[in-house]
Amino acid sequence: MTLTKRLFIGLSSIALGASVTACGGGNQASGCPDCDAEVTVGILHSLSGTMAISESTLVDTEKMAIEEINAAGGIEVGGKKYEIKYIVEDGASDWPTFAEKSKKLISQDKVPVVFGGWTSASRKAMLPVYESKDAFLYYPIQYEAQECSNNIFYTGATPNQQSEPATEFMFKRSPAAGKPFFLVGSDYVFPRTSNTITKEQVKSLGGKVVGEDYLPLGNTEVAPIIAKIKKALPNGGVIINTLNGDQNVAFFKQIQDVGITPNNGYYVMSYSIAEEEISTIGPEFLAGHYGAWNYMMSINTAASRKFANNFKKRWGSDRVVADPQESAYNMVYLWKAAVEKAGTFDDNAVRTALVGVKFDAPQGPVEVMPNHHLSQTVRIGQITSQGQFKILESTNGPVLPQAWNQFEPSSKGYACDWTDSSKGERYRL
Amino acid sequence: MVQLILESLFNGIAIGSVLLIAALGLAIVFGLMGVINLAHGELMMLGAYSTYVTQLVFKLPALKPFYNSYVIVSLMVAFLVAAVVGILLERSIIRRLYGSPLETLLATWGVSLILQQFVRSVPLAYASGIIIALLIGLIVPLIVPHDLLSHRRNRLIKVGSLGGSVLVGLLSANWLSTSISRLGRASARNVDVTAPSWMRGGLDLWGITFPVTRLVIIVITIIAVISVTWFLKQSVWGMRIRAVTQNREMSECLGISTKKVDVLTFGIGSGLAGVAGVAVSLLGSVGPNVGGSYIVGCFMVVVLGGVGNLLGTIIASFAIGIMTDLIGAGRLLSIWPDMPSPLASTVDFFATTSMARVLVFALIVVFLQFRPSGLFPQKGRMVES
Repeated sequence: MTLTKRLFIGLSSIALGASVTACGGGNQASGCPDCDAEVTVGILHSLSGTMAISESTLVDTEKMAIEEINAAGGIEVGGKKYEIKYIVEDGASDWPTFAEKSKKLISQDKVPVVFGGWTSASRKAMLPVYESKDAFLYYPIQYEAQECSNNIFYTGATPNQQSEPATEFMFKRSPAAGKPFFLVGSDYVFPRTSNTITKEQVKSLGGKVVGEDYLPLGNTEVAPIIAKIKKALPNGGVIINTLNGDQNVAFFKQIQDVGITPNNGYYVMSYSIAEEEISTIGPEFLAGHYGAWNYMMSINTAASRKFANNFKKRWGSDRVVADPQESAYNMVYLWKAAVEKAGTFDDNAVRTALVGVKFDAPQGPVEVMPNHHLSQTVRIGQITSQGQFKILESTNGPVLPQAWNQFEPSSKGYACDWTDSSKGERYRL
Repeated sequence: MVQLILESLFNGIAIGSVLLIAALGLAIVFGLMGVINLAHGELMMLGAYSTYVTQLVFKLPALKPFYNSYVIVSLMVAFLVAAVVGILLERSIIRRLYGSPLETLLATWGVSLILQQFVRSVPLAYASGIIIALLIGLIVPLIVPHDLLSHRRNRLIKVGSLGGSVLVGLLSANWLSTSISRLGRASARNVDVTAPSWMRGGLDLWGITFPVTRLVIIVITIIAVISVTWFLKQSVWGMRIRAVTQNREMSECLGISTKKVDVLTFGIGSGLAGVAGVAVSLLGSVGPNVGGSYIVGCFMVVVLGGVGNLLGTIIASFAIGIMTDLIGAGRLLSIWPDMPSPLASTVDFFATTSMARVLVFALIVVFLQFRPSGLFPQKGRMVES
């Protein structure tokens, strides 16, 4: 047994060497040559744990946006040019850690702004920190809304900028128009809230939701759900999918095996599947199904192509860009514009200046609204066998964000406006 | 009606066979050896990753014609990989902790975290190289004829085989990372195993669609169960394993090398986890956390079936599978449509996947209250107890 022991020691040193060499690279680029001051911002996403796969793409995009701004001369405030530096903190896919690292970034590093978060759970954990310290968080993910904080700026889509147009499209203009709906999701806050909205909306459109089911997080046994879908939708129909992460892989692999495919009249509309996920799951399982986003890599405009090409140039030719990354990219530029408009890095001045800031994003023009959300264009796409979206329709210009949903009974008739002190977080329309 | 029952039964068996193949290795390691191995799920994960690597190797031009049969090859590769890592684990850590279950539990949990981080931060090509080197390092001393091992040559052969295995490991890592560039980079992203075309789609019989992947998994499970049963009941080593399980000291007195038996038992149990990894990779995606979602179910099956009893494990996993399907898919309502309304609404309330899971676990807890040692309690005395 001494042999195996020695073998083990030898090999573990090889493994160590391999892992050390594998972790090299990724240094900050040259910076801003003619800047005469510095400002440090905070980046807070999960770099380890379950969410690292998704959130690390945001860190890459935010770094790229900062490098672009620096290369173009930095931020100009009060006649001085500032180079942007960043501190990256790891939220470790653990929600209390997000709150703790936020405190550190605000109190110890004294950063003027934090770009961070992905899951709603992490945002909910960070919210009290930013409110109590009156600091500012920029949050880039499409989410269930029903929240409007004075200390968070949301650059992702609200339900009326993603799921509502998607539901309407599926009911009115998809090949399964008029057919019944089945709702599938992971068992946590986003799918349940999103599906409550969808159910109300389908009812008001005159359609029928014939079933819904939720898969507990971490469970990938989808056989009972598939049996239910086949029973509830014997002649095809629309499946609205809000499953999370790798549960999607199990779902799409197995529905194909039992014949729940576009050819047989079943169309899945997914809210969490972007280009990144398509390449992981495999386009052969997804071709013919639908997705709805504000940004899709296949948007054929100069701004979109430039964004995708710059990202590939910076991080590797096999990388893709998707909607969450575009949101992350936009928020860095929007912060820059707001700071330059305010003429200071001071939180409160930047917050006031932010509303009304416009930016020519890769998806098209966006504008910050008084409810701290963005007006965005909504696009419906069908997944091609090349792993891209074929854009079927897009709205006529940007859609205004609704922080409080107008289909959900508890929030119907409410809105949010931080520019008017008599209105604030939630007021009756 | 018959069709309905048949479909429900098939679904139950399909869910149950995934549970069974995952729990079979644990039934041996935990059931026969009494080792609480929390890294069992990670051995499954290694099996799933070996399937992925095998698939990519079979996409190379030289092996492309045989691509359709890669699943069969990957079963063997996964068995070997998981068995080697399992043996290493047994020799280096678990052996020192026999008889102290709590320490074993903590140590193997630590190992499971190490293995998860290992696949995240080490490129798969290097990981494969290490495994290949380990495999050669373990096999060479076994196949060298004993009369060659005089004192002097012994040392020479050991050094030679050590150097040789490291060299082959390095070469194969290098070859893998250059010929399949995807394996040369570390990545925390989930990867995907694509079933060959003959395994996609479904088989239509009696108006029911049977997914081929599920059928293949059921067949793999049946073969695994039959070979394990045969091995334990008919072969010489199987008999030794059972003897050591029943009375370790007495077996030692009769000249059975308990050390060898331990290595073999643990190796087979781990290898079966690898085979389970192949099955799991065909159903979902392959990632560092894939094992974690199965480990609780595995222990549940073994405990419910009665620790140390293979038949119990088999029955328990099919029982859980059929119950999950009956409750979760709301089958009871379709089998008996005019159920009285209070009962119907109760059934409907539990007819979601989350609630079915809750209910199945609750039923198991209640069952264990009445039969704490499971369906088939082990009779006679176990040495460690």
